[in-house]
Amino acid sequence: MTTCQACHEREAAVHLTQIVGDQVTTLHLCGKCAAERGVETQAEVAQTPLGAFLATMGKGGAPLAAAAAGAEACPECGATLQDFRASGKVGCPICWTAFERPLRDLLRRLQGAVRHTGETYADPGAPTDPVEVVARERASLRERLRVSIEMEQFELAAELRDRLRAMEA
Amino acid sequence: MDPLVPERATPWLSGDGPMSHLVLSTRVRLARNLAERAFWGRNTPLDRESVVRTVEAAVRDIPELNDASTVRLDGLPRLTRLWLHERQTVSRELAGLEASGKVRSGAAVVIAPSLSVMLNEEDHLRLQGLRSGFALEAAYADTDVVDQALGQRLSFAFHPEFGYLTSCPTNVGTGLRASVLIHLPGLVLTREITKVLQGLAQVGLTYRGLYGEGSEVLGNLFQLSNQTTLGKSEGELLDHLGRLVRQVMEYEERARDVLRRDAPNALDDKVWRAWGLLRHARSMSFEETLNLLSGVRLGQGMGILPDVPLHTLNRLLVLAQNAHVARAAGTDLDDDLLPVHRAQIVRQMLDHDGEGR
Repeated sequence: MTTCQACHEREAAVHLTQIVGDQVTTLHLCGKCAAERGVETQAEVAQTPLGAFLATMGKGGAPLAAAAAGAEACPECGATLQDFRASGKVGCPICWTAFERPLRDLLRRLQGAVRHTGETYADPGAPTDPVEVVARERASLRERLRVSIEMEQFELAAELRDRLRAMEA
Repeated sequence: MDPLVPERATPWLSGDGPMSHLVLSTRVRLARNLAERAFWGRNTPLDRESVVRTVEAAVRDIPELNDASTVRLDGLPRLTRLWLHERQTVSRELAGLEASGKVRSGAAVVIAPSLSVMLNEEDHLRLQGLRSGFALEAAYADTDVVDQALGQRLSFAFHPEFGYLTSCPTNVGTGLRASVLIHLPGLVLTREITKVLQGLAQVGLTYRGLYGEGSEVLGNLFQLSNQTTLGKSEGELLDHLGRLVRQVMEYEERARDVLRRDAPNALDDKVWRAWGLLRHARSMSFEETLNLLSGVRLGQGMGILPDVPLHTLNRLLVLAQNAHVARAAGTDLDDDLLPVHRAQIVRQMLDHDGEGR
């Protein structure tokens, strides 16, 4: 994040491009310093570039799924729509499915499209052979177990070990 | 210098790519994430460690990346991290150069001759191909080959409707951001630049300064890139950007014609002054250097100044920056004499390459 060039304290929220003489310069200011200099901003300066969009998500408008109320958590990473509104960042790949409707809504406005038409991707990690499926999962668990022990995350290691045992039983 | 950091050449500074008199370099970036893992904002140090190891294992298996080395940023001193950033190998954010000044754990970069792959940036992987001049297709091909090879060995997060999934919705779909670093002093001097930039914004292009998002425009260098990543194929995105860049180049040439016709003396004076200052000044900030280099590049491009090789002007953009100057002078970033060392480096390079002309 860029720091305000006036107070050097707060995060810059306003990026003002000016042409003085023959130089184009961009001034990065926080909401407060921008207001002090008479730069007009919206009353509320959004925290992230997506802030304005996100603030309206799930409010009023079309009735959305329970997730849109902001409280329902992604089953994989636990992120809520509220978390997304605050950070502007999606929590994990599963969030994209868990919050599909509000995200599609956002994409329509942000990207002017909702459907990917570029290169498609075939996940090598999605084998059809069930034996292979189990083998891959086991290998992945083993790798995570190894790393967790190395990083002395013993609680997680114990959990991973139990899952491995259950699979091998 | 840290022995772990490979001293790679910077072929994108060579100045021998297509349209090099206006376009310094072309960059293509692909954002990719591993399936079934939390994105950057919600992952733990353990998760990030696992990203590095998983990708490293895949990299070892790829013939195209035989020559690659993985550099851990989280263990490097600030000078080295800034040095890598100045060479456009890593972003400011990944290098931990923001005001808070901390490198996140797991921050790493795979450096290969034709591209670099940032690990644990905003996305798990960010592939970056850099080429000299205006070379969108070639830069894309560099990243595409490695993307395919990595995609066969790793499981990327991909959604049938949304495409490649990313941490930020502005990158989802193709994950592709292509940018062209272009020198537009003619449009700035004739005050046409604002109109051009506004026009570009209306057709889906965005501009930034030399150092990416949020960075200031210095030395009349603009990075033009596609704003959206979803709903168009990779080829369509590159075509669209390419067409517009060609148009901007035409505007720039026209602006230069106007300058030549309407203000030949002012133009002459401006570029000769820039040349004189760069060759004789004894202390210079990077900003001043960059602005003077812009004048010299303009004068050279318009046949006013002696023929300074473009690669010298390009290399100076990197070599005159703080970490490069500090390293060359064997000093620290907080040395008050950096502007003096910088002026000396500039003089030496211009003398060496412009001697006898």
